[in-house]
Amino acid sequence: MATPLCARIPSGGGAASLAEYRLAGGYLGLAAARELGSAAITEAVRKAGLRGRGGAGFSTAMKWAALPQPDGGPRYLVVNADEKEPGTMKDRFLMEGDPHQLVEGAAIAALATGARTGYIYLRREYSRCAIELAKALAEAEGAGLLDGLELHLHLGAGRYLCGEETGLLNAIEGKRATPRNKPPFPQISGLWGRPTVVNNVETLCNLPHILREGPDWYKALSSSRDGGTKIYGASGWVARPGVWELPLGATAGEILERAGGMAPGRTARAFLPGGASTDFLPAAKLDVKMDFDSVAAAGSRLGTGTMVLLDDGTCPVGMVLALERFFARESCGWCTPCREGLPWVRRCLEALEEGSGEMSDIEALEYHAKALAPGRTFCAFAPGAMEPLDSALKLFRDDFVDHVTRKGCRWR
Amino acid sequence: MLSEEAKARIEAEAALYPSRRSALSEALMAAQAERGWLSDEALAEVARELGLSAASAESVATFYELVMRRRVGPHVILVCDSVSCWIRGGESLLDRLKKRLGVELGGTSADGLFTLLPAGCLGLCERAPALMIDGRVYGDLTGEGLDALIDEIKEASRGDAAVR
Repeated sequence: MATPLCARIPSGGGAASLAEYRLAGGYLGLAAARELGSAAITEAVRKAGLRGRGGAGFSTAMKWAALPQPDGGPRYLVVNADEKEPGTMKDRFLMEGDPHQLVEGAAIAALATGARTGYIYLRREYSRCAIELAKALAEAEGAGLLDGLELHLHLGAGRYLCGEETGLLNAIEGKRATPRNKPPFPQISGLWGRPTVVNNVETLCNLPHILREGPDWYKALSSSRDGGTKIYGASGWVARPGVWELPLGATAGEILERAGGMAPGRTARAFLPGGASTDFLPAAKLDVKMDFDSVAAAGSRLGTGTMVLLDDGTCPVGMVLALERFFARESCGWCTPCREGLPWVRRCLEALEEGSGEMSDIEALEYHAKALAPGRTFCAFAPGAMEPLDSALKLFRDDFVDHVTRKGCRWR
Repeated sequence: MLSEEAKARIEAEAALYPSRRSALSEALMAAQAERGWLSDEALAEVARELGLSAASAESVATFYELVMRRRVGPHVILVCDSVSCWIRGGESLLDRLKKRLGVELGGTSADGLFTLLPAGCLGLCERAPALMIDGRVYGDLTGEGLDALIDEIKEASRGDAAVR
């Protein structure tokens, strides 16, 4: 089974060097891209069926194609390396182990979009990635591989909203990283009001392989309608938590198998398919194919593709509290429903866990799942926060009620 | 007063963007590195370096988890309390730390060495439970492992305390 994204990552830790990367065909995709030019690169990526790996799953070629015609002024490429979705560690794995793959991918995206300047927005907590990327950037520049493209590392200072693409633009501009209104989309008015494309780390890591091996080869890697492989993950009480590269469309059960199944004595009860802001699916749906359309049809989202497992020895209400505590803290405070609603949700869940919860708390949770639904808040943050809550209220309703009747949590 | 080294770091960062303001997060961290936290005076100085009002710099400083706007101990412990770490016992790890240091979240231990804070997902989910101390991450933590880690840091900072 082909694992193009992970093939060069040393199993014992550390990063692939420039020499190792080039020996394995590194930077040949960039050379091919130079021959092709912007329009043909975009066409190849469209044919490859690459959809964004940051969580939303938008077509990468379509995102690029929304750029206006060049007007002679600057345009920018931004790499979203602010991985902070709870349960998600896939981009860290790619950057720590094969930094040149990201540098090459970014250089190809810059050619496709006509950007001569790019910024890699990396969360500062990923200090190992910062070291490896800085080294890779200097090596690529020194070897003349970037051909004048300026690619800089921008370190954040810790906030979930910086991973939202317009919040990220504000963060790079040195402003408070609240999201911007859309439209205008970043392709029209991004960094400093100029055309800008924001792509996720894993998305860009696919580009060298598409350009080197061709879109047909890439598309055939997948066992779904969309192309390529995916870096999947599993955490929670599984035997061996981690990340693995599998064909896009591997089932959730196959991913769990890679993790060695559940830890001894634990049985899977449900799972979040792709990070904190995706709906719970019951364990009966572990046979779902983990591609964008199949997970959506099953009632959730592929998101980041890194699963979090809920087992039969862990309280679902407590798990939802851990999720909503994160969201309540990370709300940027810009719009009222999110700023006021998420702490309210957190307090209801705390009351249930501590034993002072009443049925009215469950009703308040149900109310918020609707009140913070898509279209009712400024950005997609609060609706995302409601996905695990809303699905948990349906899947684990008995557990919520049990916290009221028992006046506490039976797992504590 | 910002050191020449911090000022150089800010200038190097500012040179990478069409607007100096983009260097703000790096500048805040550079100023913070001088004393471990960011005083009102340091914040005002960062703002001046970048041609911003102090209020404008403050609106960004208070947005970030890693910017300390109050005095903290020389060792800041950020404990991940997000979902994967919570499932793997992050809560009992946090309770153990609270007891050991005699503080609640946000507090600094009586010996002044440690400040305890929560952190949103550190991205170390396969090694849960995890935490970060002084910018270094530690995963697969057990209660005993955590105790040993705190002992180690205490031992290493014995010399520092005498100087301070």
